[in-house]
Amino acid sequence: MIEVKELRRSFGPVVAVDGISFAVEKGQVLGLLGPNGAGKTTAMRMLACFIRPDSGTASVAGFDILQKPVEVRRCIGYLAENSPAYGEMTVGGFLNFVCDARRINGGRRKAALDRIVPMCSIESVYHQTIDTLSKGYKRRLGLAQALIHDPQVLILDEPTDGLDPNQKHEVRRLINKMAKDKCIIVSTHILEEVEAVCSRTIIISQGRVLVDSTPEKLKQEYQCSLDEIFRKITRKRT
Amino acid sequence: MHSFWAVFKRELKSYFTTPLAYVFLVIFLFFSGYLAFKQGFFEARQADMRAFFMNLPLLYVFMVPSTAMRLWAEERKTGSIELLLTLPITVTLAVLGKFFAAWIFLAIALALTFPMVITVCYLGQPDVGLIITGYLGSFLMAGGFLAIGCFFSTVSKNQVIAFVLSVVAAALLVFAGMPTTLDYLSTFLPAGLVSAIEAMSFRQHFESIQKGVLEFKDLAYFLLLIVGWIAASTIVLDERKAA
Repeated sequence: MIEVKELRRSFGPVVAVDGISFAVEKGQVLGLLGPNGAGKTTAMRMLACFIRPDSGTASVAGFDILQKPVEVRRCIGYLAENSPAYGEMTVGGFLNFVCDARRINGGRRKAALDRIVPMCSIESVYHQTIDTLSKGYKRRLGLAQALIHDPQVLILDEPTDGLDPNQKHEVRRLINKMAKDKCIIVSTHILEEVEAVCSRTIIISQGRVLVDSTPEKLKQEYQCSLDEIFRKITRKRT
Repeated sequence: MHSFWAVFKRELKSYFTTPLAYVFLVIFLFFSGYLAFKQGFFEARQADMRAFFMNLPLLYVFMVPSTAMRLWAEERKTGSIELLLTLPITVTLAVLGKFFAAWIFLAIALALTFPMVITVCYLGQPDVGLIITGYLGSFLMAGGFLAIGCFFSTVSKNQVIAFVLSVVAAALLVFAGMPTTLDYLSTFLPAGLVSAIEAMSFRQHFESIQKGVLEFKDLAYFLLLIVGWIAASTIVLDERKAA
């Protein structure tokens, strides 16, 4: 469902992503793991067609990110880092705006909202202004807007960052529930999340793919915890 | 297209859910009325809105950039641009959606000056056609300033910088057409160049529409101005959205 071929992107003299390639199928949850500044967010932004790659290409759900960016965005649910939203809107107003933009109207909209609001546990803040929400609720709202149109592909940038342990558990449970019939890419540097949620792992550092494997295989190969595997692999390069 | 309407609706609503709209409207309505009456509305002894429309270009130089400055600068600063541009919408439609929402907001501000129209109609028998073309010219001019403000809003993440740059650009375009400027320029520039500079300024085109003369060249001026600056905004935004 997602095929990435030699994506490359620089910002001035800094090479953020340096020729990464991988593929993800439906039913898989790919964990993008890497130190800060590795290029995870840039890679996800390119897949979500927010920024264009300097070279290379990718296809998401059969659409090329360079030729058909609008169709790609129609098929994916994207949760950006820091889950941005419009602070002056209410939760309900914001979700209605997303429905407007994604062309979910009438009965379908009601059904989507009825499904999503309890799923992401945001009923209690439905009429609250987004500015006044705590980080956890903002993140859940971000997830809600990514899921509301039931996309085939989910791209989640650090979905549990800054959440308390209970909230982390909730989000991971949600991801696991959806894993069966969606193609999900999650970026994180929480190693227990990789074990809890991901069926595959890619370790990125300095814009390059260092390892493309599964959590179990990595543990078997290195015979130590994911923490140490991460340190070994990423430290080797520096 | 539905995504254009979604952005348009959201943006227009957001003006009125924050104090922004109300502060702007009060200041704009107060000054437009105050300047009209101060600059000799009664002394002119004529039931027309010339005194009112005369002051609009200068008022717009400061007021329209204050509306435009937050169009994109705020989105880039808060990061909501990443949300907006990962929805199934093109950058062009997003820019147009926000621009039209701001333009309609300025049209609402203009519409709320209706007491002025009532006053003039009560005091005499004004030429209604002139009033209509006056409003049309003001609406187009607001669009022009807005397009300039939109561009500078995409250029900077800081709203204050966007505001200052828009005011300077707008002021340049207004003052370039002032008689004193043109007189000064004609002392060292050839006549052809001076009249070219005059044609590039807002004044000449706005005055002409205000006089009741709807010429294609004036309408085309405003349309080209708007299309040009909006296209430039789209290009700059596309380059800088992730920065």
